[in-house]
Amino acid sequence: MWLFLFTEILLFGGMFLLYAVDRAKHAAEFHAAAEGLNRFVGAANTIILLTSSLTMALSIAELRSGRRERSLMFQSLTILFGCIFLGVKYFEWTAKIGHGIFPDSPELMKLPKGQILFYGLYFVMTGLHGVHVLAGIVVLVFMLISTINRRITHHDYVRIENSGLYWHLVDTIWVYLFPLFYLIT
Amino acid sequence: MWLALVCLTATAVWVYFLHIGHAGSIIALTIASIKAGLILLFFMHLHYAGRLIQTIFLISLALVGAIVAFTFLDVFLR
Repeated sequence: MWLFLFTEILLFGGMFLLYAVDRAKHAAEFHAAAEGLNRFVGAANTIILLTSSLTMALSIAELRSGRRERSLMFQSLTILFGCIFLGVKYFEWTAKIGHGIFPDSPELMKLPKGQILFYGLYFVMTGLHGVHVLAGIVVLVFMLISTINRRITHHDYVRIENSGLYWHLVDTIWVYLFPLFYLIT
Repeated sequence: MWLALVCLTATAVWVYFLHIGHAGSIIALTIASIKAGLILLFFMHLHYAGRLIQTIFLISLALVGAIVAFTFLDVFLR
């Protein structure tokens, strides 16, 4: 799983590189475009994902201590927080799209080039991240079912540990996305 | 641990509202890196993962760093 995570670092690393170059060349416009995003919503999403990482780690700890029911509870909470994150993202995106700002929209094309680049990167990177969150939720649901079926036990918990690693990576990526898109000074 | 992460997030947002220019971005990214480090150590148990994994992780970071550095060299010296 670590090896897969390293490929994910390279995947998002490439996109962060694109962001870095575009921002260095259009610094003022990136700042202007970032004003259009709501910092508190972004911060809330950060807290939601950080909490989901906590519940994920706790679910594994509880399973290893033999407390299956508590592990199931924490796993369910992790999935719930993941869904809440996606819900908040959904509202953020629909708000933007409602204002006519989406890739290739006439509204967006009227803005200065740097702002067009910013929003293009915003939709692609948070979109790709959202897809990863969704995939993570699906995986976690499978883990939940496997724990219920006792196919994952406190003796054999490798699968859920690997799922946890993936989930923490998705959280870490968001930890970087948040300041880069929401906290441009 | 979670509390540390939440406090770091709050600090980053607070720094943003201080409007101190470019330093704010550097601080925000530093805070992000600290948070990532904490997640790696305490949630992902990187220190339990063994020398091989730790080394490969550092290599992948170095690789991304090298790619970024060379790209910046290229783009800004044109």
